[in-house]
Amino acid sequence: MTKLENFSKGIIKENPVLVLVLGTCPTLATSTNVMSALGMGAAATVVLLCSNIVISALRKVIPDKVRIPCFIVLIAGFVTMVQMLVKAFAPALDQALGIYLPLIVVNCIILGRAEMFAQKNSVIDSAIDGLGMGAGFTLTLVMMGTIREVFGSGSWLGYPIPVLSDNNISILTMAPGGFFVFGLLIALVNKLSENKPKKHTGCAGCPSAGLCKMKKEVSADD
Amino acid sequence: MTKLIIILLSAVFINNYILTRFLGICPFLGVSKKLDSATGMSLAVIFVMLIATAVTWPIQMFLLVPSKLGYLQTIVFILVIAALVQLVEIVLKRYIPSLHKSLGVYLPLITTNCAILGVTILNIDEGYTFIESMVNSLGSGLGFMLAMIMFSGVRSKLEGADIPKSFKGLPITLVAASITSLSFMGFGGVIENLFK
Repeated sequence: MTKLENFSKGIIKENPVLVLVLGTCPTLATSTNVMSALGMGAAATVVLLCSNIVISALRKVIPDKVRIPCFIVLIAGFVTMVQMLVKAFAPALDQALGIYLPLIVVNCIILGRAEMFAQKNSVIDSAIDGLGMGAGFTLTLVMMGTIREVFGSGSWLGYPIPVLSDNNISILTMAPGGFFVFGLLIALVNKLSENKPKKHTGCAGCPSAGLCKMKKEVSADD
Repeated sequence: MTKLIIILLSAVFINNYILTRFLGICPFLGVSKKLDSATGMSLAVIFVMLIATAVTWPIQMFLLVPSKLGYLQTIVFILVIAALVQLVEIVLKRYIPSLHKSLGVYLPLITTNCAILGVTILNIDEGYTFIESMVNSLGSGLGFMLAMIMFSGVRSKLEGADIPKSFKGLPITLVAASITSLSFMGFGGVIENLFK
């Protein structure tokens, strides 16, 4: 796999949100408008990049049995750093993201990439993977944010759009709209990838797969 | 007392963790296929939420705040929750094997469940007292359970439905979740007005 392929797989082929279906909670919660979607995407990308680099650098040192707690502590450290930076330099963003900023710790994408990629690959490859996945996450969030902001509040990034601002569908910016838009996007991805061989993600994509005892039950269902 | 009832009811209905706050979506989509696994998961979540709040609230108030280490909140809380889940699993396995058998499979998954970390942080952010925090955690857990159980009923109906091919699986589940969430919006404002 070339470096470019490694980067671009995070955006399309293995898009963390739409294909791997990881990190659904922040996706639904922070895509109400483009600004907070961008902020969430950027914060998660920084954490993902840093944690991927450090975890892959330490991959030979961390004992296999305690790797999950180690990863969680490392990720929590980076999240705290990002949290303090955002509080200091972008207080408005801190207000908008609220509880979801510290909750990047439990964002499945980050732990998932640590498990699936960073602990098996070199530092440079892991950094590229982190950037690609972060870009994929951010793009998806912005896409959802755009749909919800344009049709929900008739503006884009705060700038009003002439006709739509008088006819907004405000339900899209609320909770049900989040589920609805996300469902439609995944249906669209399913439609587009209909003819391609379906890669089974299921339990392999889940960060808790190593701990999980439900594997048999779930894979039997699929 | 009224305040406690308001906190409890609004945590269950208005600020429902899954349907309005979007916390704990993964288990919501993952294990709501069958009623018994939905119930098991929700019971485990309620259990861990209560214990986690009972441990993290004193840690924040008596340890982190006096020694001016408030910024360590995220790291300390996630570690405490992870350790707690392991501990609960070991204790259950040793002393109440029957309960371990029914809840055991869900426990490791709960460590990375954002609803648990979310409720502990929100309790601190909202400035709740210890009792209020416990009530809020109970309410949030019950709300989680309500959404899970309701939704497992919806999903069992979906199974036989004739839907477009690209909507099969996750998309139709999300659209159904959207409608369920819409019904919960009807509770907005009701609870405050009950006690006027």
